[in-house]
Amino acid sequence: MDMKTEKKLSLKERYRHLTRGLGWDTTYQPMKDVFPFDTYEGITIHDWDKWEDPFRLTMDAYWKYQAEKERKLYAILDAFNQSHGHLNVTDARYLSAIKLFFSAIPLLEYMAHRGFSIAGRQFRGVGPRVACQMQSLDEIRHAQTQIHTASNYNKYYNGMHAFVHQMPRMWYMSVPKSFFDDAITAGPFEWMIAIGFSFEYVLTNLLFVPFMSGAAFNGDLGTMTFGFSAQSDEARHMTLGLECIKFMLEQDPANLPIVQKWIDKWTWRGSRVLALVAMMMDYMLPKRVMSWKEAWEIYFEQNGGALFKDLERYGIKVPDCAAQATEEKEHISHQLFAALYQWNFGTSLHTWIPNPDELDWLSAKYPNTFDRYYRPRWELWADMAEQGKRHLNVGLAQLCQVCQYPMIFTEPGNPSKLCHRELDYKGEKYHFCSDHCQHIFENEAEKYVQAWLPMPQLFQGTCGGGSVEGWMKWVNLVPGVDNMDFEGSQDQKNFALWKGMASSNG
Amino acid sequence: MSVKAVKEYLGAPRDVVSNFHGNQLLYVCWEGHLMYASPSIFMVSPTMKLEDFLIQMVGPVFKDHPEASKLDWRKATWEKGDKPWAPKLDQTVAENGLVHKEYLRFQTPGLNGYKGLGI
Repeated sequence: MDMKTEKKLSLKERYRHLTRGLGWDTTYQPMKDVFPFDTYEGITIHDWDKWEDPFRLTMDAYWKYQAEKERKLYAILDAFNQSHGHLNVTDARYLSAIKLFFSAIPLLEYMAHRGFSIAGRQFRGVGPRVACQMQSLDEIRHAQTQIHTASNYNKYYNGMHAFVHQMPRMWYMSVPKSFFDDAITAGPFEWMIAIGFSFEYVLTNLLFVPFMSGAAFNGDLGTMTFGFSAQSDEARHMTLGLECIKFMLEQDPANLPIVQKWIDKWTWRGSRVLALVAMMMDYMLPKRVMSWKEAWEIYFEQNGGALFKDLERYGIKVPDCAAQATEEKEHISHQLFAALYQWNFGTSLHTWIPNPDELDWLSAKYPNTFDRYYRPRWELWADMAEQGKRHLNVGLAQLCQVCQYPMIFTEPGNPSKLCHRELDYKGEKYHFCSDHCQHIFENEAEKYVQAWLPMPQLFQGTCGGGSVEGWMKWVNLVPGVDNMDFEGSQDQKNFALWKGMASSNG
Repeated sequence: MSVKAVKEYLGAPRDVVSNFHGNQLLYVCWEGHLMYASPSIFMVSPTMKLEDFLIQMVGPVFKDHPEASKLDWRKATWEKGDKPWAPKLDQTVAENGLVHKEYLRFQTPGLNGYKGLGI
């Protein structure tokens, strides 16, 4: 028998077969019925074949490459675990950053996995479908590897034991949760702008630098290794987001105003979510990487500015909200940590008053604002704590209907006045932290009237009966263990004890 | 603008007054006192006298502020929904025309926060 050996296909050819050769137009059912979701948002696509994925990743290559990376990651995590790597972090206060990160991010990765699976099914173009599928796999892998990384901390420290249970219940988790809920209930093109473009492309460095450099600066080998492992995926995600936006803009000029509106919305929503990251950078990392303000200047003002310059030729403008978000770089980290400090009875992490060195670092990094607006708060609260009257705000927070933050942000141009906007819609009053959140509401009021806001729910009695004690049980927060001051906490004591045991014979 | 959707899209508002068991929500902000990170949310009976609401529910939230002892509800000036408003302290919440989720902001002339810094 004659055996004819064909030349092996090149990567480019294999990718072409995967993304074009395996696709077909349906004939038993009309395409519009098989793919009903990629047209209703108003985006017009004339030629799906114009989609170009610069990575041209095929399934076999994906599998081989990711398996290799994960083998390395788990080897390091194993070593981290066996050598008590958790004791190498700079200071046990770092664990508050870890708690915030690992309570939120794995579940957001999981939502991203779901969202890209959905988008992959909804697009009729084979190129974006395959790209979404790959990203969907990345996201669920990230969720899994993060949970494995977190488990090495959860074994020893408090506040991480119920992260899945707490995600839909814990009041501050409604901020990132509502962001992803908003995105995943949009159509596939808006999803791509929300997550693929705004989050992964415009804002990703603001997320990555504090987490991964923060981990490296603070001796957290586990999180750092996870970060490096995910980094090559993130590069692909950023490219997908940018490719998608260019594809939409090149396909039809009528797509421009729709895309611009989404960019405006998701840049604002993204910058709001990142206040959590700002707070971690300025307050929760015992060894700071850089200030939030510096990070914003490099990664949003300079890099983001260059990106928007690049998109100018399509008619895209810098979102209006950028001016306010930039003004807020001087404020949000301070406003948010002050909020967690005073509502610390209701958090799964510890807070503290920054020590004198840290206050000086903040003064130096924020010469325009810290000494005038924020240092005196910490000095007042330090005085009160010394007199045995640790400041707690027993008033529960009013929340913004859209971003779901407590209304802690101040008026543009006036850092001494809390910002408030309101409107009536169908006979109901709605309140907002900013003009931009109000505009988002106005554009899709029927969506946001349904917002599940933790504080009104507490009063409705749906969260453990209506009392704060009942709420703690319902949310699975152990008072006196998970919450309140770092000083005197079990985490602080155990870390000191174990570190002592690891470095002495006593 | 309506939500773009494949069919008619209407949302059910989640915080309508009928969900609060005969009570209603009010939001209160002490302007220029940023020791309190945000305005506070209160659930109150519409038949409660406004002064009782302030003394029994709002006052305790601010009790640890250095200026709390000087806080005189009769001297406060008020805004409702960001517009000037004159409350009648001896009348009820409902008689004052305060509807569900009303936003109230009060100023205390002469009390400018910790060290006069708006804190």
